[in-house]
Amino acid sequence: MRARTLFDKVWAAHEVRGRSGGGPATLYIDLHLVHEVTSAQAFEGLRLAGRTVRRPDRTLATVDHNVPTSGRDEGIADALSAQQVAALERNCEQFGVPLFSLRSPRQGVVHVIGPELGLTQPGMTVVCGDSHTSTHGAFGALAFGIGTSEVEHVLVTQTLPQRRPKTLRITIDGRPGLGVTAKDLILGTIGQMGVSGGIGHAIEYAGSAVRDLSMEGRMTICNMTIEGGGRAGMVAPDDTTFAYLEGRAAAPERFDEAVAAWRELPSDEGAVFDREIAVDAAALAPQVTWGTNPGMVVPVTGRVPTIDDAADDAEREATRRALEYMGLNGGEAIEDIPVDAVFLGSCTNARIEDLRAAAGVVEGRSVAAGVRAMVVPGSMLVKAQAEEEGLDEVFRNAGLEWRDAGCSMCLAMNDDVLRPGERCASTSNRNFEGRQGRGGRTHLVSPPMAAAAAITGHLVDVRSLDGDLVAGGA
Amino acid sequence: MEPFRRVSGPAAHLDRSDVDTDQIIPKQFLKRIERTGFGEFLFHDWRDEDFYTLHDPEYRGAEILITGHNFGCGSSREHAPWALEDHGFRVIVAPSFADIFHTNCTKIGLLPVVLPEAQVRHLRNHAQDSPGAEVVVDLEELVVVAPDGEVFAFEVERTVRERLLNGWDDISITLNEEELIRRYEATRERHGPSTLGFAS
Repeated sequence: MRARTLFDKVWAAHEVRGRSGGGPATLYIDLHLVHEVTSAQAFEGLRLAGRTVRRPDRTLATVDHNVPTSGRDEGIADALSAQQVAALERNCEQFGVPLFSLRSPRQGVVHVIGPELGLTQPGMTVVCGDSHTSTHGAFGALAFGIGTSEVEHVLVTQTLPQRRPKTLRITIDGRPGLGVTAKDLILGTIGQMGVSGGIGHAIEYAGSAVRDLSMEGRMTICNMTIEGGGRAGMVAPDDTTFAYLEGRAAAPERFDEAVAAWRELPSDEGAVFDREIAVDAAALAPQVTWGTNPGMVVPVTGRVPTIDDAADDAEREATRRALEYMGLNGGEAIEDIPVDAVFLGSCTNARIEDLRAAAGVVEGRSVAAGVRAMVVPGSMLVKAQAEEEGLDEVFRNAGLEWRDAGCSMCLAMNDDVLRPGERCASTSNRNFEGRQGRGGRTHLVSPPMAAAAAITGHLVDVRSLDGDLVAGGA
Repeated sequence: MEPFRRVSGPAAHLDRSDVDTDQIIPKQFLKRIERTGFGEFLFHDWRDEDFYTLHDPEYRGAEILITGHNFGCGSSREHAPWALEDHGFRVIVAPSFADIFHTNCTKIGLLPVVLPEAQVRHLRNHAQDSPGAEVVVDLEELVVVAPDGEVFAFEVERTVRERLLNGWDDISITLNEEELIRRYEATRERHGPSTLGFAS
């Protein structure tokens, strides 16, 4: 038989109907995650057409995008957010969809709760009305973001018409240096391929640097697939994957049998990808974005580019605009850029390992004067785990705010917002204009780099601080 | 969905690459639970920028938007196509689109047209230099006709074209495959996991 990729195998196992005449295939969806911001209109569509949710047992909802991360006992102060959350609660009630509501001990960011429950498993298809659904590909699942019309489609039919993407293998080899995390690997990769380099492709991340990563690190990598334009990001399941899943609430009862099947999933030797890209992990320093998309990234040891560095007129204009928005001249050393705020959170970097890595840097230190720093755990279970380990104390003692779980300042739909002109070192995934608040300026970094910026009050090479650095960690 | 066959009229232009959906419709406007009314917030935070002309009087009523590479990148929010459609656009022409945005557009009958960069520039120049000049986008013939009469052919996936031309609802099409879905569930669906029993 022809050698097949991981993607080929998962795709084939879910074809309800194969492609006919160049059209899309119909793919079966194993897990549909739902949140408050992209689902209301889909449920309304069901009501209008008199349709039902086909498989509530393959659907799970949570509230994360607009919810407050403090003072929850008083409910949601913002009337529109409250209305949106109430709509989800009503919809889940009406259609029988399980929901982790605001006060659930399992509430959290949708891409954190699926994996931590063990719901995300190798070989599955996973969708959600959120572009960072690619996160779940870390388990060897085919996972991708969809729009609200598609949310409605999956609710009704548990399937999606899908055009088959091309395949791209990104091989990240080499041993990352001390202080270089999964976040730096993916930022460096996007810097190399560009923010549209992955359009139309399902990506498999391979190579020794990926194999050596924990599941948290692999999730960070797959999470940011969409920032490179990729349709889905996947990592072949292995012993690291199985060890993470074993014992989780939704893990298969006959676990050994499941593992035996999952071992068949990795790409066959000789499988051919439509494209290949190689990245050298050993050559990467901690990364910092300087501009207004994730591809505008340089090593922390570097300088902000100037307009003259641009290759053509279009890039020159993009650089000019980005520098202007970011309040930078071009040419300054990254480490000379002061920050006003630090955000440790998001579906990219708010799992327990991320919090441990950040706590290791801030332990025994204090947040610099004038810097507002907050830690927003990815889920209430992550929060509870961190508190059990005493990490909340470490953060609080250093002067960081310790919050409840949610998307928070990653997209600033709740009250966690940058003011115009404020500059933030953020562990999130997008540095778009206004993403963290209108006029706010975002520099994307890893959790240890964000922690180091909080302590020093400026962007800084975390390797220059004495502290607990873990090679290849979160 | 209304059938889409042909649009002719003036084009507006947004001469930028990598326009993300956070710009098209900023997050503060995503809290509505209705599907309509987003047009008023289209490109809300760019309204005062020099490069931004979509709301200028000479582009009022334009149903065709000419823009740059990787349009609609970032967030999957369908509110972005909703806002563009609600503003009055029925066609977006660009050298490339982000995947999720592209799909979202076709689901609501907003036609994304991919043309080579030089042809997009040609259309952009006309829109910029002579606002109001007529552009034709014909989904039956699969051509764009520039104001100077130049004709550019484009491609649309066959099933998407059929669906748009007829105004068909995607969900109804899939529901016609009910028998196939049921057979898949009976014989090939993977065992578990179930999402029931965790919520509290």
